[in-house]
Amino acid sequence: MPAQARTLFEKIWDRHIVADYGSGFALMYVDRLIVPDLSSRSLSQLRTRGLPLARPELVFGVADHAITTDPHSDDPRGLANPFIANLREQARHFGLTMLEIGEPGHGIMHVISPELGIALPGLTLCCSDSHSCTIGALGALAWGIGGGELTHILATQTSVQRKPKTMRISLEGQLPPCTQGKDIILRLIGEIGVAAGNGYAVEYAGTAIRSLPMEGRFTVCNMSVEFGARFGMIAPDDVTLNYVAGRPYAPTDALWEAAIADWRQLPTDPMAKFDKEISIDLTGLTPQVTWGNNPAAVLPIDGRIPDPASEPDLRRRKEMEAALAYMDLVPGRAIEGTPIDWVFIGSCTNSRLSDLRAAAAVAKDRKVPADVRAWVVPGSTGVKRQAEAEGLDRIFRAAGFEWREPGCSMCLGANGDVVSRGERCVSTSNRNFVGRQGPGSRTHLASPVLAAASACAGVIADPRKLV
Amino acid sequence: MSALTILNGPAAPLLTDNINTDLIAPMFRPAQAGTLRGLATKREDLASMLFAGLRYDAQDCEIPEFVLNRPPFRNARFMLGGANFGCGSSRDTAALMLSAFGIRCVAAPSFGEIFHDNCFKAGMLPLVLEPELVASLAHEAKDGADFALDVAAQTLRAPSGRVVRFDLPAFRREQLLSGADEITLTLRRNAEIQAYQERARALHPWSFPPRQQDC
Repeated sequence: MPAQARTLFEKIWDRHIVADYGSGFALMYVDRLIVPDLSSRSLSQLRTRGLPLARPELVFGVADHAITTDPHSDDPRGLANPFIANLREQARHFGLTMLEIGEPGHGIMHVISPELGIALPGLTLCCSDSHSCTIGALGALAWGIGGGELTHILATQTSVQRKPKTMRISLEGQLPPCTQGKDIILRLIGEIGVAAGNGYAVEYAGTAIRSLPMEGRFTVCNMSVEFGARFGMIAPDDVTLNYVAGRPYAPTDALWEAAIADWRQLPTDPMAKFDKEISIDLTGLTPQVTWGNNPAAVLPIDGRIPDPASEPDLRRRKEMEAALAYMDLVPGRAIEGTPIDWVFIGSCTNSRLSDLRAAAAVAKDRKVPADVRAWVVPGSTGVKRQAEAEGLDRIFRAAGFEWREPGCSMCLGANGDVVSRGERCVSTSNRNFVGRQGPGSRTHLASPVLAAASACAGVIADPRKLV
Repeated sequence: MSALTILNGPAAPLLTDNINTDLIAPMFRPAQAGTLRGLATKREDLASMLFAGLRYDAQDCEIPEFVLNRPPFRNARFMLGGANFGCGSSRDTAALMLSAFGIRCVAAPSFGEIFHDNCFKAGMLPLVLEPELVASLAHEAKDGADFALDVAAQTLRAPSGRVVRFDLPAFRREQLLSGADEITLTLRRNAEIQAYQERARALHPWSFPPRQQDC
């Protein structure tokens, strides 16, 4: 009898079950665990309880949320930063690998874990960060957890999880120029809403995904949690394998051959069934930009700010009014041309080399107006060094951008990189929530090319008119 | 974690959809944006940071209209929320701050999944109820009358006396009622975890980094 047809998700889920707890719950093995600086107290808790770290060789610590990105900082290694100092001290105590600031492995956890080959297809990976779903782009099962669960995994290398339902989102069509992974995911969330993925593990498929380079796939999977999906995945293919090959922590020689043979078996079987299927045609996709306070409040760049008066649902109308008031936008006006104060190019969504190359291509031989501050924050030391080797830093600097040190930075402002009250920022990050980039900040999410075009225009701008 | 068996008190209505964890547990109070010097850990600090962006203005004064600043709801034990409550960031301070404030049960039409998990770990019950039911409970809640939760009986009694029944997975119900430490429970399964690792090492040897410490 042939084996039951299974999805990519089910294949990886099934092989990681340590014990079945009934009612859909299982004790799952966690192959890799990443501890960011803000979560170092989970390590402190483990130590206070006198518990050993279960598998030090599977755990990696990294300073990303709290680290300064100021190139002129008097404490570039965060020696006086309580989160980073504690992470470093606990890493030494427990014998886990600390990816040190300034060394090639340092950066935003969701950028460096694939970059170093810590994250691999077929593995389970957890971080105490909701954007852990980024890593699903490799064909891995990666999910975000809270600090309490982090302590549990540190102590046991396992996590109790409830098996989600499965959803396949087929994204079809060829991407027009000036559209990127970011435009795909924003358009998708705009169409299905911010809660459509609750309870589901999502697999992205279709021609638009297959033709997307690895870094664009990370961008798409990164924002799965922004429509409620804890897991977002893409089946591994040649693009994935070429990306993983030769990474510092990737398997080599016979183990590499064994790994490839295994990964080739991971894609969803043709007859496998999903609990839900969605298909979206991306032909003619327009660069996207958000206007409101969740990622579903999104417009094509040539669109007009929606009018709450035409919204029949009363609750929805009140939400729109609140968002327009917070964002200080006028219904009916074009979003293009809205004056801005800030541009932030960075975050686990869009701080990889291809993002910086695309933004630099727009910024080349242009100038950021004096009243706009524009930052480029590379996702990792590796990205930064490669970008510098290609001269991208010089292009950005010549155009008036600030070229900063790696970190999460202005995506959430935990390190003090904040947008001031009432200021407007075009940001390549993932959340446009009220106060996300600092109390009273106004965020417009967009791709690196739209952000770079806006920086140079001083207003929200259509990148298609510049390239 | 302390057990959750019964809970009595007012229910604060906050029916906006998509209340995210940045709102529930902001990084900063509005008056204090800047570099983080530490995260709240003490109960009173956690409680005072709950919904800080909605509770305090830029001068750090209470905003009287916000529901948790109104007298009956300063002692809220429940919250009635909109759809997708707790979406966004995985920070478990969202659950810990609600719990520190005294709110150990949130009823809403749906929840962000990571927040939903974090609630159980914090000894809180995220209760999924139909939107119409949440709205009618919010109507009963508006004067600050007491609701009563009984986890063992799986009932929520509204001020009018009507009883809402719910059904939790056995695993979750036990977790709340016992308040048992999950790490201790899992460590009892160490033999199974070890057996799993040996099996995985044989089947997928590439999935472990090269043996250094343990060879």
